[in-house]
Amino acid sequence: MNKYVKFGIPIVAILGALGWLAKDGVNETKTYYKTISELQAMGDRAKDQKVRVGGDVEPNSITREDGKTRFVIAQLDGPKPLHLKVVYVGIEPLPDTFKNGSQALADGKLGPDGVFNATKIQAKCASKYEQKPELKRPAPAATPTGATI
Amino acid sequence: MENIGALAILLAFCFAVYAVIASLVGKLAKRPFLVISAERAVYSIWVLLSVAAGLLIYALISGDYRLTYVHNYSNKAMPTIYKFTAWWGGQEGSLLLWSWLLSTYSVVAVWINRRRFRDMMPYVTAVLMSTLTFFLILIAFVESPFRVWMSGKGIVDAGDGQGLNPLLQYWTMVIHPPMLYLGYVGFAVPFAFAIASLITKQPGEAWIHTTRRWTLVTWLFQSSGILLGAGWAYAVLGWGGYWGWDPVENASLLPWITATAFLHSVMMQEKKGMMKVWNIVLVSGTFFLCIFGTFLTRSGIVSSVHAFAQSPLGKYFVVFMAIGIASTIYLILTRLDFLKSEVQLESVLSRESSFLFNNLILLASCFAVLWGTLFPVISEAVTGEKISVDAPFFNKINVPIAMGLLLLTGIGPLIAWRKSSMDSLKRAFRIPAAAGVIVAGVLFGLGVRHFYALVSFALCAFVATTVVMEFWKGASAIRAKNNTNLLSSMVELTHRNTRRYGGYLVHMGVVLMFIGFTGKAFDQSITVEVPQGGSVQLGRYSLKIVSMVADENDNYTSGKLTVAVSRDGADLGTLTPERRFFKAAKQPSSDVAIRRRLHEDLYLNFAGMSNNGEKVVLQAYVFPLVSCIWGGYWVLLFGTLICLAPNKTRLIYPRTEVVGITGKHVKVED
Repeated sequence: MNKYVKFGIPIVAILGALGWLAKDGVNETKTYYKTISELQAMGDRAKDQKVRVGGDVEPNSITREDGKTRFVIAQLDGPKPLHLKVVYVGIEPLPDTFKNGSQALADGKLGPDGVFNATKIQAKCASKYEQKPELKRPAPAATPTGATI
Repeated sequence: MENIGALAILLAFCFAVYAVIASLVGKLAKRPFLVISAERAVYSIWVLLSVAAGLLIYALISGDYRLTYVHNYSNKAMPTIYKFTAWWGGQEGSLLLWSWLLSTYSVVAVWINRRRFRDMMPYVTAVLMSTLTFFLILIAFVESPFRVWMSGKGIVDAGDGQGLNPLLQYWTMVIHPPMLYLGYVGFAVPFAFAIASLITKQPGEAWIHTTRRWTLVTWLFQSSGILLGAGWAYAVLGWGGYWGWDPVENASLLPWITATAFLHSVMMQEKKGMMKVWNIVLVSGTFFLCIFGTFLTRSGIVSSVHAFAQSPLGKYFVVFMAIGIASTIYLILTRLDFLKSEVQLESVLSRESSFLFNNLILLASCFAVLWGTLFPVISEAVTGEKISVDAPFFNKINVPIAMGLLLLTGIGPLIAWRKSSMDSLKRAFRIPAAAGVIVAGVLFGLGVRHFYALVSFALCAFVATTVVMEFWKGASAIRAKNNTNLLSSMVELTHRNTRRYGGYLVHMGVVLMFIGFTGKAFDQSITVEVPQGGSVQLGRYSLKIVSMVADENDNYTSGKLTVAVSRDGADLGTLTPERRFFKAAKQPSSDVAIRRRLHEDLYLNFAGMSNNGEKVVLQAYVFPLVSCIWGGYWVLLFGTLICLAPNKTRLIYPRTEVVGITGKHVKVED
């Protein structure tokens, strides 16, 4: 048998099998990034598609009761603020960075009652980074900005 | 002081540009003094960057809150060790660490080769210093670590800082980033040698011989960095996971995969003169993946739990990588004639082909991880919709790949070079294969039905048996000849061929890790809300909440749970998971309690209070075999160190060959 064929068959078989697994994996886990307004525009389609939706956690909206964490995220960049109620139904504990006022990404599906059932939450505490210091002395109107040297 | 720091960085930048130009001009115009002066510039840069780094560390520890960097990543209440580690807690500081490490590596490379490879060294210096120039542009002009708070024309002292991210205030985080960086940065040296050998059209494998130890050392740093990160995630993040296929984790894994492939395929070039182009591609690929990893963590193009700020650095990285990759490809294409293989592949059943398949599936895994990591970026570019893939995607494709690799780990070292017959394979693998089948059978009999778990344990048994048999055969031969005991014969055997037997030990470490990974299939977990005094049952463990004590110090307020643990009625003492609230960062953090045992860990996380403080939210997990991962790491570390140790003198050689007669390898490898 030709050498190229001898090596070619197992190589193609391995890569083919992996490719097939990859395609399957993508179809199973793909998650669409949506904003709250896009999610609401999707209508019923949003109920059977896995979606990742992001927003700011409304201050004082996090409640933990009977093993479920509920909160509201808001999209504030539009003409009027949009809100989405979220209930966390995942298994992993919520990240420590998740708190009132943080930015959260929720993965899951929209429930029939319009509440978003999240199976995974990622949170970024936006305020922690790039925060300006509170000035000790009465500063002039100019806001402090970083400048080299 | 900040002026001196910024000036040192600026000067280092000028020196780096000078070193690139001087070494190239010196080489091309045959002016050796320029080459020497470029090498001295390399030493001076190290001094300058050490000054800059020293000043930043001093500012962090003494609490100079006029600096934005100190303000953002340090505060008064933090323990001194974390004030020091704040050096790499943020963007600017970690770029300074990158540059300092690269300059340290360059100093070492230039120093040990100051009388060798005079042809290649100017190019090595030039490549290293070009890379350093790039990073110095970033910290000198874009993200300076020595910015101060300005208000109008005056400098503002912020008084106190915001503190290092509480998640990073943990001991493995003290060494994890520098380890990973040592691994990332270190690959610049083999890459520089590879490029230099391409430019000078070196016929032989000089660059491979000189960089073998570098590669192994940096690979060890990468492995250590990744494992420390995993250990940190396990002990700190509160859900007991050690790997989540997060983009930043993937970024650290990618160069490790190609480096592993390189470590294997390099043997083909040393022994057989094959795969020369491929090795250059692998070493360059590893280097650019290291840069790419830094780019991914620093630019924010994909969302990650490693919450780094969005930054303007992305485009600089893209330009640097584009120039670097284009020049590398150009060099390889114009030098193809010098990189011809000396031998052709002969048989599918041969050592060569096992290396080929090892490389194939390692690269497939690397590609899949890269693809999955960049999926949101790719899908947005192609379909306009941002789509991400999740952990199950990565597991689905990488678990079978890992099984294939494990199989090759057992087969590769025993199969003959050139061509192997079915008969000899049957002889060599009869016992290991039987061991694998028996293990799978016993586990099936005990009620294990998880498919991959059975396959994995069977393969682990298979590989472990091959390794043990290799040691046994070699050591028995020495014992028979020298009349020594088995242990000292094993030491003797390893000493005669450190690379081979060190490599076996590394494989053994990997097997142990796989046993640990497979334990994941049998995890148990429970999340409960219990009042104080209540108890919960998890598997054989019974947990009783004894008390909750509140406490406070300068850095954080905390609540400490005391949980009485018993198993099958036998008292096992108490565990004390803690929840802390860091004042400066206004962020809670868990300090989990883990009862670590070799066969399983009991893992408790105090996740908070519910129902207005009436109930305690407790997450309890049982993780079987997870300790094997960390144990496997120590074996891997030990094995790699043995690989680095020199062989016993070459005079021993004829005797070593006698050993070969007992087995299939007539010629013992160097």
